[in-house]
Amino acid sequence: MRTMNLIGLYQPGNSPLHRLGVGPKLAGLAVLSISIVAVRGALSALVFAAITAALAGWARLRWRSLWRQTRPVLLIAIVVGAFQWWLSGPDRAVESLIDLVCLTLAALVVTATTQVNDMLDAIVRWCEPVPWIDAERVALLLALAIRAVPASIELAHETKDAASARGLGNNPRALLSPFVIRMVARAQLTGDALAARGIGD
Amino acid sequence: MATIELIGAGVEIEDGPVILKPTTLRLTEQRIGIIGGNGSGKSTLVRLLNNLITPTSGRVLVDGIDAAKDPAAVRRLVGFCFTDPAAQLVMPTCVEDVELSLRRSHRDPQQRRQAALDVLADYGLAGREHTSVHALSGGQRQLLALAGVLAVEPRVLVADEPTTLLDLANTERVARRLFGLSQQLILVTHQLDLVERCDRVLVVDRAEVVFDGDPSAAIGHYRELAALASR
Repeated sequence: MRTMNLIGLYQPGNSPLHRLGVGPKLAGLAVLSISIVAVRGALSALVFAAITAALAGWARLRWRSLWRQTRPVLLIAIVVGAFQWWLSGPDRAVESLIDLVCLTLAALVVTATTQVNDMLDAIVRWCEPVPWIDAERVALLLALAIRAVPASIELAHETKDAASARGLGNNPRALLSPFVIRMVARAQLTGDALAARGIGD
Repeated sequence: MATIELIGAGVEIEDGPVILKPTTLRLTEQRIGIIGGNGSGKSTLVRLLNNLITPTSGRVLVDGIDAAKDPAAVRRLVGFCFTDPAAQLVMPTCVEDVELSLRRSHRDPQQRRQAALDVLADYGLAGREHTSVHALSGGQRQLLALAGVLAVEPRVLVADEPTTLLDLANTERVARRLFGLSQQLILVTHQLDLVERCDRVLVVDRAEVVFDGDPSAAIGHYRELAALASR
């Protein structure tokens, strides 16, 4: 299915990174991301590229799926890089291009080695001491948001296919209005399903 | 067996059409089928049973609990399975979706995981625990949706056209599961061979229950209605 690879899905495994707790993993991601952005220069960018690639290898992630998920970001990174070249020269261009890819890879390593439920459990744990936050609800909200991305893309593809089948492929009205209506209908159905399962009571 | 009572329960839109005329029913049989044309009010009728729709007149009682007054309690008693499993599967992988149902009953993550794996094995989905819910076949997806609903052990299962999107083999797989339940089953369907396996069948037409009786007589009544409507 074409939507499956758009969001960094969990890849089952037993590497040390899979076993590492959610807290240290997210803290590590934050520290690494900040250093990638803060340390300037093309050379240091290459060092970070080596580090993130090593992390991906250590987590034994499948290179093909990493490539598929990095590709869209790479496109943007190339555009940004070209712009930087024109503005401030090759050093900055190479740095921003590699930095963007490194950030994506680092984030992918975390999503691919962390199950959504573990992430939610951790967030619930962190929110629980805060009296005015309903931790379970925050966790559910995040799960739904994560789910909404591939679900909306799937609906968009279906709507586009339906429009093309009727020869209306480029008509924005034939694309946009049914898409919005179906999104709202899907949201209501999901709300009903959640209510029926007693989730959020 | 649970006792479901509708006491003059109806749904009407203000200044609009009557969706369901005031209906009085007492449902105690193990397997109850509901048939009727598209837009006749079947789905509205069953959505009253767990207060997904609140009646605008009358009351709905499940084992004596008023569905409109305590929806949370009634939804713990009445599980609901939808036509399109994609809408009710919320989490990315199979085991996580079942775990979502179990969050309330199992606070400890390890126990919850084990319980979810047991549920999946019971539904023939062992080994698929980390599979994306999108990667399952239609039949497996509906079985997973059922597993998620039944994991919390409701006393009644309402299924709104659960096999409409499925092929013959998957229909039979889901039907065998439904009719093998110890719980009370309320099944809305267009598949008349499934209706024949029920103990009692309601026929809904134009916003009211027009027939209530044994399956073969109900199917006969439904066929007559369909013949009239298609003329």
